[in-house]
Amino acid sequence: MSRAGRIARRGFLIGSVAIAGGVAFGAWHYARPLPDPFAEGLDGGLDRRLAEGTTALNPYVLIDGDGITLVAPRADKGQGTRWLQAALIAEELDIDPSRARIVPGPVSKAYYNTALLQENLPLDPTDNGWLAETLRAAADIPARLLGLQITGGSSSAPDGFDKLRRAGAVARETLKEAAARREGLARADLDSEDGAVILPDGRRVPYTDLAAAAAGIAPVQDVVLRAPSQWRLLGRKTLRADIVPKSTGTQVYGIDLTLEGMLYASVRAAPAGGGIAKVDATNARAMRGVHAVIPISGGMAVVADNTWRAMQALDALRIDWRLPDGPGDQQTVWDSLTEALDTGRIDSRPRDEGDIRAVLAQGEVIEAEYRVPFLAHAPLEPMNATVRVTEAGCDIWAGTQVPDFVVSKAAALTGLSSDSIRVHNQMIGGSFGRRLELDFILQAVEIAQAVPGRPVKMIWSREEDFAQEQPRPAQIARGRGRATSDGVQAMELAIASPSVTASWFGRIWMAPPGPDATITAGAGDQPLAIPAYRVTGHRARETFPVSSWRSVGASGNGFFHGAFLDELFAAGGIDPMQGLIRLCRHDVSRRVLEELRDLSGWTGREIGPGKGRGVAFCLSFGVPCAQVVDVTDTDDGIRIDRGFAVADIGTVLDPVNAEAQLSGGMLFGLGHAMNCELTYRDHRPLQTNYHAYEAMRLYQTPEIRVRLLENGPLRGLGEPGVPPAAAALSNAIFAATGQRIRELPLAGRVRFA
Amino acid sequence: MQLIVNGASHDIDAEPDMPLLWVLRDILGLTGTKYGCGIALCGACTVQMDGMAVRSCQLALQDVEGEITTIEGLGTPDAPHPVQAAWIDHQVAQCGYCQSGQIMAAAALLALDGAPTDDHVDSVMSAHLCRCATYPRIRAAIHDAAQRLAPG
Repeated sequence: MSRAGRIARRGFLIGSVAIAGGVAFGAWHYARPLPDPFAEGLDGGLDRRLAEGTTALNPYVLIDGDGITLVAPRADKGQGTRWLQAALIAEELDIDPSRARIVPGPVSKAYYNTALLQENLPLDPTDNGWLAETLRAAADIPARLLGLQITGGSSSAPDGFDKLRRAGAVARETLKEAAARREGLARADLDSEDGAVILPDGRRVPYTDLAAAAAGIAPVQDVVLRAPSQWRLLGRKTLRADIVPKSTGTQVYGIDLTLEGMLYASVRAAPAGGGIAKVDATNARAMRGVHAVIPISGGMAVVADNTWRAMQALDALRIDWRLPDGPGDQQTVWDSLTEALDTGRIDSRPRDEGDIRAVLAQGEVIEAEYRVPFLAHAPLEPMNATVRVTEAGCDIWAGTQVPDFVVSKAAALTGLSSDSIRVHNQMIGGSFGRRLELDFILQAVEIAQAVPGRPVKMIWSREEDFAQEQPRPAQIARGRGRATSDGVQAMELAIASPSVTASWFGRIWMAPPGPDATITAGAGDQPLAIPAYRVTGHRARETFPVSSWRSVGASGNGFFHGAFLDELFAAGGIDPMQGLIRLCRHDVSRRVLEELRDLSGWTGREIGPGKGRGVAFCLSFGVPCAQVVDVTDTDDGIRIDRGFAVADIGTVLDPVNAEAQLSGGMLFGLGHAMNCELTYRDHRPLQTNYHAYEAMRLYQTPEIRVRLLENGPLRGLGEPGVPPAAAALSNAIFAATGQRIRELPLAGRVRFA
Repeated sequence: MQLIVNGASHDIDAEPDMPLLWVLRDILGLTGTKYGCGIALCGACTVQMDGMAVRSCQLALQDVEGEITTIEGLGTPDAPHPVQAAWIDHQVAQCGYCQSGQIMAAAALLALDGAPTDDHVDSVMSAHLCRCATYPRIRAAIHDAAQRLAPG
């Protein structure tokens, strides 16, 4: 075994420590001890239950006389990952996770995310050969050294699959060992079921009775993880623990927190890079309930005794804004993208096969330019954070995908040590990538510093949420290609985009050197065998700060690639479904396309007068996903009749939720493709609320049929449902009307019913 | 001012123009009703006034005329309303933030029309935004709830 392999395996060693009245099981960190995440504090007082000096253990399972607690460190934005993490542990632990306490856990470097870093390796995502797997294993090491506890990139399922099941299995076998010693029996003769060890005579010994004894023995390491055929929870229909609270108004989101002595705040800020020239707060200060009017970085905050009074007082401020230097309008953006294409400076060229010039010179060339707009995340829960700052420390209650960076940035802002910054991650009312940003949390920290000792809940108005967006970038792509009746002979895509990675990392840490793989993701990594095939990324100047939006680079590139390829199929007189299947050089992806062909009953793009079908494929985050959209050109406009989606995620761990992610991802993609854009004027988006940003509503929602395949490696599904949708829809509109729309949103060119 | 919420009477000392939403959330601590847009575009703040669905972000305290029911008063985790039970069985929620408003609107709709057509469901429920796009399960849960509420 390679050295990387040994280290990776050692990284999964599960240890245990005694806690007051019980035992904790978790991952030992290799090479150097990491701070104990429970030493400094955790919601519910678990911190004090862990003994001193247990610095290297990062618990996933805690058992004491009161019951069982499962730690699910990945943030839940609605994708159901908190439940999935609990189910992964519970599957091996033999407990009912709905009866366990599930907590998000504190910030700890040992909750590092391996799978996300693996996605950023320079490897073809479909390459599961020895070299690729070895390199992915090696990526485990820098991920741990960086210690990123991050939720993103559809990585939680693959990242937790082995770690969490192993934690459950080691805990189970160690509890059995404790029972075996107590009873003078062999562990092999014992069984486990529903939170108890079962003795050969049928007696049940609850885990909670064995916890203290289990803490005193070495954890049993020689566990064999169960085969999928033995699973009780994974792969089966279960009721997510958050479904009942979310259906009865009892789920507490970050915005719902109520703390003793809490004040309420709201913010109005200048566009990024701007500030305040002059402010008159006389009227605001005199308003009922107003506690303080505070200047913060780039804006003003009002602290009051309720949210509405804080927002009313913000309206009463008379602010003269200082806008950032330079032009701040949409045309500047398009100009910067065009310039990046015209100058031709290459950021990356992940695909360059065949002789593109020679093949294009052989006949008629199809050329087209495509555009996608800025898009807001606009999750329904507006950005909010609750913070209390004292001389001794800073508590932050907020939903975040990057708790490590919250700690480091809040420490820098307050001058407090990292050890005294405590992040209490909250259930999140949607993110779509928005909660990878720290801006709203750091504003709340600044506000809380002005009222030391008191918790302050800061909530943005919806208008502020739009104004302070850090959107998915607008992008332009130019395509050139050639097709004959024999097939697509050449396809070239040149994509211009600012770097999301540099923009985001630059804000929260530091911009990494080198090319940005997200500029070409979803286009330069497609498993297609086109004789001459080139995809180039051109990095454009950053006009406005940009960020990760559900499916990141693939969100725009899935449209560019899927729609331009459809143009080539049409030019060659090729059926697009047959064409995709024929071009596909990746078995797992081809089976996705074949399944979609059968599920949709594909017979061609024409399905009757005034109707049309479109198909598109995109492999993103290692997941091949293909979609068909059916439309009718009605008197009221284009109506989407049906959608079909097939994806391969290797192993379906939570079928109810996976179907929801695929259906929801496709509808999210369709809704934004139809209806959404942010356009800038004077450094601000013109869209200020949902009236100008409708996305999908029920009346436009088609019937959706989804199917999940399990032929590839285990992957997450939070994002891959999004990228093919826009192309499938625009291809369907072409089939129905003959109109090829190359710019999103489609509603700019065609009316929807 | 006197306010009856979920059957309990409250004396509220607040500005007459304060929206009911913030009275519920910040004064009464009933946080199941959500703030989403503040201008009646998203429906997350929907409650019932004498059984009719209303947007609490647009209803000033002085304009409240009737008994208010919030999601907490519709049913509970142990005793969910039939609409909530259908929502649970269909596992509608993803992030769940819009679902209080969706459920309050659906319950009001079904009280008026026990067997709504898809078109009727669309026309009423399209005023409610779900950014996760749980719409197919919302449709299914409403029709299921109609069955559960049907007499006999």
